[in-house]
Amino acid sequence: MSTTDTVADTEADRLTGIAILRRGLSLSPAIKEGLGLTLVLAILSTIGGSVVPIVIKQTVDSGLGDGDGTQLSDVAGYLLAALGVIVISSLLAYWMRVRLFVASERGLAQLRVDAFRHVHDLSMLTQNSERRGVLVSRVTSDIDQVSQFLQFTGIMMVVSVGQIIVATGIMAYFSWQLTIVVWVCFLPLGISLKYFAERLSRAYDIVRRTVGEMLAVIAEPVVGASVVRAYAIERRTQQRVDDGIARNLDANVRAQKLVAVTFASAGVAGGLANAAVIAFGVAIGLSGQLSMGTVIAFAFLVGLFVGPVQMATQVLTDAQNAIASWRRVIELLDTPADVVDPGEAGTTLPGGTLGARFEHVTFAYPDGPDVLKDVNVEIAPRQRVAVVGETGSGKTTFAKLLTRLMDPTAGVVRLGETDISRVSFNDLRQHVLMVPQEGFLFDATLRDNLLYGKKDATEAELVDVFGRLGLTDWYASLPRGLDSQVGQRGESLSAGERQLVALVRSALADPEFIVLDEATSAVDPQTELRATRALDRLLDGRSSVTIAHRLSTAENADRVLVFDAGRLVEDGTHAELVELGGVYARLHASWVAQASLSSHQPAADPV
Amino acid sequence: MSDRTAAEPIEAAAPDPDERDLGTADHQHVTGRGFALLGRGIREQRFLFSLSVIGSVLYGAMTVADAWVLGWATDHVIRPSFERGEIAKGALAGAIALFLAVAILRALGIIGRRLIGGVVFYRLIADYRRRVTRKYISLPMAWHHRHPTGQLLSNANADVEATWSVFMPLPMAVGVIAMLVAAIVAMLAADVVLTIVGLIVFPALFAINVFYQRWLSPKVSYAQSLRGDVSSVAHESFDGALVVKSLGREADETERFTRVTHELRDANIAVGRIRSMFDPLLEALPNLGILLVIVLGVGRVASGAADPGDVVQVAYLFTVVAFPVRAIGWVLGELPRSVVGWERVSSVLEAEGSMSYGSSTLPGNGPVSLDVDGLTFGFADPSTGSGTAAKDVLRGIDVEVEPGKVVAVVGATGSGKSTLTSLLTRLVDPQHGAIRVDGHDIRELTHAELAKAIAVVPQATFLFDDSVRENVTLGGDFSDEEVWAALRTVQADGFVAKLPAGLDAELGERGTTLSGGQRQRLSLARALVRRPRLLVMDDATSAVDPEVEQRILKALAAHTADDDGPTVLVVAYRKATIALADEVVFLDDGVIADRGSHAELVERSADYRDLVNAYDHAREVES
Repeated sequence: MSTTDTVADTEADRLTGIAILRRGLSLSPAIKEGLGLTLVLAILSTIGGSVVPIVIKQTVDSGLGDGDGTQLSDVAGYLLAALGVIVISSLLAYWMRVRLFVASERGLAQLRVDAFRHVHDLSMLTQNSERRGVLVSRVTSDIDQVSQFLQFTGIMMVVSVGQIIVATGIMAYFSWQLTIVVWVCFLPLGISLKYFAERLSRAYDIVRRTVGEMLAVIAEPVVGASVVRAYAIERRTQQRVDDGIARNLDANVRAQKLVAVTFASAGVAGGLANAAVIAFGVAIGLSGQLSMGTVIAFAFLVGLFVGPVQMATQVLTDAQNAIASWRRVIELLDTPADVVDPGEAGTTLPGGTLGARFEHVTFAYPDGPDVLKDVNVEIAPRQRVAVVGETGSGKTTFAKLLTRLMDPTAGVVRLGETDISRVSFNDLRQHVLMVPQEGFLFDATLRDNLLYGKKDATEAELVDVFGRLGLTDWYASLPRGLDSQVGQRGESLSAGERQLVALVRSALADPEFIVLDEATSAVDPQTELRATRALDRLLDGRSSVTIAHRLSTAENADRVLVFDAGRLVEDGTHAELVELGGVYARLHASWVAQASLSSHQPAADPV
Repeated sequence: MSDRTAAEPIEAAAPDPDERDLGTADHQHVTGRGFALLGRGIREQRFLFSLSVIGSVLYGAMTVADAWVLGWATDHVIRPSFERGEIAKGALAGAIALFLAVAILRALGIIGRRLIGGVVFYRLIADYRRRVTRKYISLPMAWHHRHPTGQLLSNANADVEATWSVFMPLPMAVGVIAMLVAAIVAMLAADVVLTIVGLIVFPALFAINVFYQRWLSPKVSYAQSLRGDVSSVAHESFDGALVVKSLGREADETERFTRVTHELRDANIAVGRIRSMFDPLLEALPNLGILLVIVLGVGRVASGAADPGDVVQVAYLFTVVAFPVRAIGWVLGELPRSVVGWERVSSVLEAEGSMSYGSSTLPGNGPVSLDVDGLTFGFADPSTGSGTAAKDVLRGIDVEVEPGKVVAVVGATGSGKSTLTSLLTRLVDPQHGAIRVDGHDIRELTHAELAKAIAVVPQATFLFDDSVRENVTLGGDFSDEEVWAALRTVQADGFVAKLPAGLDAELGERGTTLSGGQRQRLSLARALVRRPRLLVMDDATSAVDPEVEQRILKALAAHTADDDGPTVLVVAYRKATIALADEVVFLDDGVIADRGSHAELVERSADYRDLVNAYDHAREVES
């Protein structure tokens, strides 16, 4: 993603760069507030460094240069003034920086939070798990880049430009001719800077890419440690790692070369300017237009000029990268939330257990083929429905539309008589709940995880719900009870126990309609038994749609919906569909093949 | 990229407590170890490092020379010209030549310092990354089990980088020392009294900078660890998006994120306040020094002790040396971080042990017999850190399988099934007992022979960031036909054929995303393509649709029936998988509770019956 952004044509980049800056600032009002004063302070604070050459000039001119009896009292005024200016500008610099740090950190913290909140409104998050890492970097490293830019790079740029202007002003005050001479010496550098910046930006892009690739191959001997050993591919793995490291090294060295050359050219330009100032200064001075002190001061001023120019050179690439990061964050915020919460304006669902209805519902991902085609179905209140079909048949899409994790491309999904896209999220979620396949837990205590289902649940309610689901014995077996830490993604618990927690959490939320994606992974039998029992009790008295992966679920459902290639192809009870001899009957046959082996012949061949 | 990475994001690696201790670390001690580290790096890259120091010294010398040329030009060009009213042509030409020569040499110095210095830094990092990963590859699995993934990844990446980060400013710092010496010599040549000002200002700059870096560094580390927290919360929240969304917890999640974000904000502001204070101070100090030089200089010139050129030169030296002197402060400020990084890196490099392999090969081909004899195994107790077992996971296991036969291992979670599969492929070795294939102890086999003869399909699938083909062959010499045949057996030919690039389709972050079941099937194909003589499957079809699983098992059984397939040991829950077996070994808490055919076990063991029925018929048992 970053690749295309930063390699983009620089001309266009700069134009949009300013637009990005403007839009970025308007998104973070805390930064914009008082920015004018901060910038003024930034420029003023650079004056401190500029007074020194002036003092030297005055001192030399006041007679030091002639060698005849300059007294301290002659220059005391200048020195005191200079001291004052240095102290004041240092204080201004302190003030400016504190303002800048506080304002930018506040503004960016808000931007981070805004972007985070927005990500949760994007259905992309639940559709495409591969994109999650990218979304994380939007609220982390991208904003860090912007912060770096605002606090260092950006201010250095402003200060550098300020210094260049101030230095030019002072130079011009002393001698416009010599000023021109200095500018001419730096002209070639100025012209080539854009070229250098582009090359650098491309070089750093390659560096970033190689870093990503290197991290991926370095992870192989760690994450895949057992595969590497079991397949005796140590040498191959090391080769891949070495190659990844070498490519990264190459890219870094290449970028470093460009940096060194850019810096060196700024230095050469400085030397050129020094020589030119002496030559032209003396020539012009002899024609009576310049004093000796002015010429000497000029040599110092050149130094003041080289510094900021060098700084600006370095800063230019960083600035481009930061602008690219900022653009990515802004683009994220500009992505409209595709499943919109009607909020306050939305309606509320009537009380009582509701059924659901799909009317000519079609769904396709942007630019993709239809995943679900013209589905019409009505689910009665308290009906227990099992949805079956092969991977990619559209059964998961069906479930996501029913819970409004996505909106259909065409058609309407209703709960009772109400179009669910008109119902406020707040209300909708009290009625319909999606229970995902893997019981995802947060790295906190068991209690915290359960409270996800109901924020204000009391201790008694929590304990009670274990009882209602028949999980009291399991709860009692937990050494630290509700205070048990579940670990990252709940890894301190087994897969089956995570499912149990997810069920308890759902029971606490107490929705009338449950959409369940049945777990496929095998868990240990005892937990399996508990989960089945708990699930049974959870679904009791509610409407439910279960994406079924098991025979027993379909067999025990009131009704089975069979999806194939995006269409609802069969609809009926288990018995009816077996009778029908279609898709379901075929799926059923293979299930039976497994189940029937329970106590009969221990054949080597399962057929 | 794999199940385990997905489960343990690098960013979420717990911030090491060491990070936060920097502020209180014994500085003397840290500095000592830091210098030892500098010595190590310098020794390893001595040639390039010397070059970069030469570049840096050249740069420093030329910067000082610049001031000297300016002073020289003042005395020999500017003053004489103004005094005489005509250009001192010879001297002017000399001055111009000197200025240009100095500028060019200085440019060379910059290239030496920045480029070669950079190369030293990047080479050290690359070199140590190679060393660390070599260790990861050679250390035994037992070592891996003791170290969290996130920690190992950060050892190879962030910690290696932190270790050598001090080498970025180092050539400059060393150059600056030379520059300082040159500057002081130049000042002494100009005027002794003015030199004293320099001797006060430079050390002050340097001391303030060290103090500044030491004060800042723990605060920067703290902010860095908070940055990790922000990232973990975002990761977790986005990963759990389905739960967040369906339970309507977006606002609460945002609140949670806001909390860590605000902590980070406040930490960054705290860092900013310190920077705001010191940066202007460090900039002002040399300017104040110059004023002092002028005050004293006026007197010195008046008393005839110094030339005006001397004063100008000393003042100029101040301006040019002031900034680079801070590099010494950067090096000293970086040292604690480098030392912490190095401690973590060296803990990997100093880790000992590797699996040793035998030298024999297995004669013949085709399925082998398997003989597990009195096997006892326990994981090392982490609390003692020694090799003593906390509790034996497996005790006195005996299993014999005839060539071409299939044995299923069944048992509850924690009964030791997965450990048995690890032992069979020598990911770990037993404390007692032996495993023999065709009568050969597997410890006598060469590593290559072991991998060739015995293939394992682990529970957790690991796929490489590579093409489908490479993920199956793992670099082995297999024809496309062989790859497709293996894919066909595991029912993966269909979805692979549908991928735009077929066998060449890239998997992983930048490539195609596969479902859990598809990934497991590739992992199976990887084992089958090698035509192993013993196949070990550890619950290897758990994420595959039951119907597809059926077809895979049928295809496998067909191979076995043709006498073409391997001897198979399979860990299973599902009855369909168990049904593949000629014999079932029922493990309970590390010992063999019973063995026999599936029917026999169902007949005589209630525990076994409960276990195998629970998954497939949970609901029926309940009702």
